[in-house]
Amino acid sequence: MYVYDEFDRTFLKERVAEFRDQVARRLSGALNEEEFKPLRLMNGVYLQLHAYMLRVCIPYGTLSAPQLRALARVARRYDRGYGHFTTRQNIQFNWIKLAELPDAMAELAEVGIHGIQTSGNCIRNTTTDAWAGAAPDEIEDPRLYAEIIRQWSTLHPEFTYLPRKFKIAITAATHDRAAIRVHDVGLRLHKRDGAIGFEVLVGGGLGRTPYIGKTIREFLPKEDLLSYLEAILRTYNLGGRRDNIYKARIKIQVHEMGAEAFAEKVEAEWRALKDGALRLDDAAFADIASRFAVPDFETLPDRPAGLTGALADPAFARWHANAVAPHKVPGHAIVTLSLKPVGAPPGDCTADQMDAIADLAERYGYGEIRVAHEQNLTFPHVRQKDLPALWKALDAIGVATPNVGLVTDIIACPGLDYCSLANTRSIPIAQRLSERFADHAKAAEIGRLHVNISGCINACGHHHVGHIGILGVEKKDEEFFQITLGGKANSKARIGELIGPAIPESEIADAVERLIETYLALRTSPQETFIAAVDRLGVEPFKERAYAPR
Amino acid sequence: MTSPLQRKLKISGPTAITANRLADGVVVWLTASGRWSERLADAAVRDTGEGVQALLAVAHGDENTAVGAYPAPVRRTADGRIAPANLRERIRVEGPTVALPTAIALPGAA
Amino acid sequence: MPLVKSGAVTADPFVPTADDAPLPQGPALISADRLLREGEAPAGRNGALGVVWPNARDVAELAPLLSRLSLIALVFPKFRDGRAFSQARLLRERYGFTGELRATGNVLRDQVLMMARAGFDAFEVEKPADAEAFAAALGSYSVFYQPTGDGRPTAAAIRRAARG
Repeated sequence: MYVYDEFDRTFLKERVAEFRDQVARRLSGALNEEEFKPLRLMNGVYLQLHAYMLRVCIPYGTLSAPQLRALARVARRYDRGYGHFTTRQNIQFNWIKLAELPDAMAELAEVGIHGIQTSGNCIRNTTTDAWAGAAPDEIEDPRLYAEIIRQWSTLHPEFTYLPRKFKIAITAATHDRAAIRVHDVGLRLHKRDGAIGFEVLVGGGLGRTPYIGKTIREFLPKEDLLSYLEAILRTYNLGGRRDNIYKARIKIQVHEMGAEAFAEKVEAEWRALKDGALRLDDAAFADIASRFAVPDFETLPDRPAGLTGALADPAFARWHANAVAPHKVPGHAIVTLSLKPVGAPPGDCTADQMDAIADLAERYGYGEIRVAHEQNLTFPHVRQKDLPALWKALDAIGVATPNVGLVTDIIACPGLDYCSLANTRSIPIAQRLSERFADHAKAAEIGRLHVNISGCINACGHHHVGHIGILGVEKKDEEFFQITLGGKANSKARIGELIGPAIPESEIADAVERLIETYLALRTSPQETFIAAVDRLGVEPFKERAYAPR
Repeated sequence: MTSPLQRKLKISGPTAITANRLADGVVVWLTASGRWSERLADAAVRDTGEGVQALLAVAHGDENTAVGAYPAPVRRTADGRIAPANLRERIRVEGPTVALPTAIALPGAA
Repeated sequence: MPLVKSGAVTADPFVPTADDAPLPQGPALISADRLLREGEAPAGRNGALGVVWPNARDVAELAPLLSRLSLIALVFPKFRDGRAFSQARLLRERYGFTGELRATGNVLRDQVLMMARAGFDAFEVEKPADAEAFAAALGSYSVFYQPTGDGRPTAAAIRRAARG
């Protein structure tokens, strides 16, 4: 965990005071809505269908137990007793009153959290691997760099009124769990000749014009991270399109200029910046690293007797096989808490659950909680000997559904039930599908499968990169859904292919089931996953059978 | 349903003006006397482009009370009530179509 | 529109001058087109010269003319359009402009601190109330994370100094 110091705390207080003043000026009419909107957005405040929504930043997805309890308090006191975890490792409250927002923010600031830059045309919360600091396949903990970027990007005086929003993601592991190829800037930490650096990708993104990011630099020494980002952002701020909101993201600038020409412009700008004040030296890294509290891991054996014994219980064994992943420290494990119980809205968590999870994190997980971009929570550090007891406790509060990474671990945006931009609902589709595949044994047999649902083309549900993607479209006030197939968000990121005309809500579950039956019939073995089968066969065999005979 | 703010004003049936109240975001409807009400039943309903334009001008002049005003299609029910005419407006009047998580009893999954 | 300099509302000595009008004796504010057309010595005159530089034009074009300029007015057509923030930093930090750098257009109190950090030292604020609140707006933060050319120390620099 990064521990805020006096500077960070003072900054947050000043931010709350500034927002309090802005809200007061809006309520008095001194600021009009056009002026106020960008200011509130940069504090994470949207106006949705029913109320204001507050999006709270969870820096690179890392939360402490006291922070999670503060979120629970805000959920109870200012909202309706729950929050919604998003695909960008943030949390949203759906029913907040504008006049009460400064007080809610002041409470969050007490524990070092806030809504700064969770919306608006600025640099958003930098996201990373939910398993950072725990995954065995990681080269270095990427949160160090995410924190360096957080500080640099916070109220950046030059980059707060960009053409459009700007999202940065970092991975430091072999397996990309941060979807860096679909971000405005993706950073892949790797080593060259023993030195740490980054592959830099730009221009990825979903939304109405999806692109996979292009590599503009194979290896950027870590010392140059900020100067290079500043060069990219300056190139974008000066040259990105501002004439059309749908063409204002950096991906369009990169596409229109060509990645090579864009890279040349960035490199030229960077040469003028690289030896300046942004260069990071060892002391700079050491200073940030010193404020990360690393758990004092116990020396423990892998597979302790208590765990082996508990695995005789089939229910525990099923959960263990599904939700528990290997940890880099012997005797420890990474545990995913499923926020996808059958029939409930994906990613929602009640205040009571948050409090209970905070207690369990302190008891079993070194006090740390992560938010994963799949809208689940993670305990990154759990002693293996505690797994049976933890499982019982998680199950008692409804977050031990053994469906992590399976067909019912659905990513879905809030959709028209909450969102003012949505064309259709998403949550009821997720509910239908999760009820259809409620048999966890059957879901486990189907294996790894990502179903992503968006209620409009803005693609907050990441449908483009779902193995099965579902996109809501409206036709004459009726909800219809398009299905895409073969999308991926990992290091082989790919945009899914549309398989045919949109179908009504009532037919979605059947269509998805037919896709899955096709896969089960065609897979070479249970080891061949759904997406591997689509890779091998292409979408054609699936297309043919997805639609009911008419 | 396409965000009404992106649509051109094209009135094809009974229409009311709706917005969200500035201080708390609550859904409100413009009444015939130019005030805002939380009840759709109180809304002024117009059937012509000119009628709707006139209401909209009143609403836009009151942006410090209610924000994002736009024309919403409504219908008159057989018993003379006003009801929302599409899914989006139905959700704004009645709330989400899904149960809030606090209302769902979460069963143990084991 | 009140002009704020050194924290106080002040009179503007520069006279905006149309492209086809003769230059006044005192300080004149001319367009970018005229400046580029007439080169370093518009109409053989020695009075202070200022230019209004559009936000879509590369400030590198201005670099050879900086010694002739007392004022550069950058433009925020809408306060959401932040190109002039980059232009200001380039003029100050790369090209070494030391004259007056003025923010014009849709300038609100909520941005003046960022503008100051980017190198602006004169502000044509749109609302009189914002001019009155200028000092408070400039003092709304004491903690800064990014090094810019404004000389305010960053949190990282102060942390480091404290460590010795």
